[in-house]
Amino acid sequence: MKIVVCVKHVPDTETKVAIGDDGKSLNPAGVKYILNPYDEFAVEEALKLNEADGDGEVIVVSVGPEAAQSSIRTALAMGADRAVLLTAEESALMDGVSIAQVLAEEVKTLEADVILTGKMAIDDYGYQVGSMLGELLNLPVLSTARELTISDGKATIVRDIEGGKETMEAPLPCVITAEKGLNEPRYPSLKGIMQAKKKPIEMKEAALTDGGFEILEMTYPPEKPAGRIVGEGPEAAAELVRLLRDEAKVI
Amino acid sequence: MAQLQTTDFMDWSGSFDDQEIMIQNTAHDWVQERFMPTIRSHYQAGTFPMELVPEMGELGFFGANLPETYGCADINNVAYGLIMHELERGDSGLRSFASVQGALVMWPIWQYGSDEQKQKWLPKLASGELIGCFGLTEPGHGSDPGGMVTRARKDGDNYVLNGAKMWITNSPLAHLALVWAKDEQDVVRGFLVERGTPGFETPEIRGKLSLRASVTGEIVLQDCRVPAKNVLPNIQGLRGPLSCLTQARYGINWGAVGAATDCYEEALDYAKSRIQFDQPIAGFQLTQQKLAEMVNEITKAQFLTLQLGRLKDRGEMHHWQVSLTKMNNVRMALEIARSTRTILGASGIVDEYASMRHANNLESVLTYEGTHEIHTLVVGNQITGIEAFR
Repeated sequence: MKIVVCVKHVPDTETKVAIGDDGKSLNPAGVKYILNPYDEFAVEEALKLNEADGDGEVIVVSVGPEAAQSSIRTALAMGADRAVLLTAEESALMDGVSIAQVLAEEVKTLEADVILTGKMAIDDYGYQVGSMLGELLNLPVLSTARELTISDGKATIVRDIEGGKETMEAPLPCVITAEKGLNEPRYPSLKGIMQAKKKPIEMKEAALTDGGFEILEMTYPPEKPAGRIVGEGPEAAAELVRLLRDEAKVI
Repeated sequence: MAQLQTTDFMDWSGSFDDQEIMIQNTAHDWVQERFMPTIRSHYQAGTFPMELVPEMGELGFFGANLPETYGCADINNVAYGLIMHELERGDSGLRSFASVQGALVMWPIWQYGSDEQKQKWLPKLASGELIGCFGLTEPGHGSDPGGMVTRARKDGDNYVLNGAKMWITNSPLAHLALVWAKDEQDVVRGFLVERGTPGFETPEIRGKLSLRASVTGEIVLQDCRVPAKNVLPNIQGLRGPLSCLTQARYGINWGAVGAATDCYEEALDYAKSRIQFDQPIAGFQLTQQKLAEMVNEITKAQFLTLQLGRLKDRGEMHHWQVSLTKMNNVRMALEIARSTRTILGASGIVDEYASMRHANNLESVLTYEGTHEIHTLVVGNQITGIEAFR
């Protein structure tokens, strides 16, 4: 099976982000980057599918700055076979449509049986690229998969819905987006890390179009007000419960 | 590559390459997610988490700097050191396990063994299918291993071993023991003794107050017959075991920095959140002095250790440089662990926090694989040209 996994290089969730001087972008100083965790689930699932299959190829495709090679290396160290990096300036990466267009052009040439990606990227929370990719490739999209099985030329996923689960099926090729819980991504092994050094990353310039929107402003969330002590000892419990229910409305 | 968010006052990690960073991340994430949830109960019970050994093998933590031919990862020595750093950030017992397996059992087989020995043992030791131990120290011979009384008498195609080894990490768990003994010509030789050989026993040493999550034992050899093909063919004399110890101490030196860093980060977190006299105790000068001295000592040790690693990667590392680094790093780590405990006050004595466990472990690390005092004399010997051991 030939599986393409689309991944994004994103700021680490442990990084403290700061807004840049222009007030509408992140200050890149000191920001550490990682492979988008939802895409990591997609990589792991692709590797598992191919291990079960015993044959095939996992190709990682990404749109991003040249520095995105480090996240791609993580995917290669986990076990992916090769990668394509469509290079673009960080500032040009905000628009989901143009990213999906560029990815679709590349993915088309790879003639994959399955296209996997994360349900979203943790930096912009766009939730767009997976679905758009399906649309642009004219393929069915199975989104937010928590379970995936492939047999007889069909993909079956299970996803969470309000109060239950939903099982869906689509013929291959199709696009599947990964939800947390789909699997437990492996740690890149030392051998995997050493082999990744030798695996090819093909670099091409991405022909991104202008986005259909612009970011006007970024602001920090309001500072949390100081906490309040409602009393001491067991007597305070009733008052605390009342406030949590009536005032904070959390219980 | 996303570098670990950890103590790095002088951009120590700035000189790591992508592989080194990725390897450190793998070791760090594995230790934090897989090992740390188990350490408190194993430490209290005096056991090692054996269930994690196959995962360590799978990830490549055993003999990671040895060649791929034998199922190893063939990483450089700095990356190997970073693994030890992360393992000992978890617990000295975890790092000891990997040190013994990789540096004291696999390394000598690779360095001094026959092709047959390498093919037979190394892949299984790398995967963790087999566990090894290293028998040098004896009840009466610690700092002076040359005085060993364990003997090997040639008898046809066999050697017959008699003697006892003490303080042997992993001996009760081991499938294979590398035992050093003197032959009839008084020459120290290395013997690979398999579990199950008659006359080979490994009683566990109980009652330890240090390295509790590491299993320690004796090796008792009573007319233990070992085939001559199990002798390491390419080494004779005390240089054999001493060269192995240089490898293991190299890993200890990195590990001590990891343990110190874990303590310092615990001290810093605690000091910033513990309120006394209406302010975090980190705001008091005496606490700040402790924290500043910790970061100062860790930073110095980081660069010393990194330089040792770069020298080793260039094939230019000398054993006295390893001794100097062990002197510095282990004492530094022990002092930081104790200092952290004072910042934590009473909280520092319970196992919810790591510093007292690290401090107790480091008491062993300070004197095992060459005591602090012997390493001081190794350095003294190097700079004066005068041996002061005896």
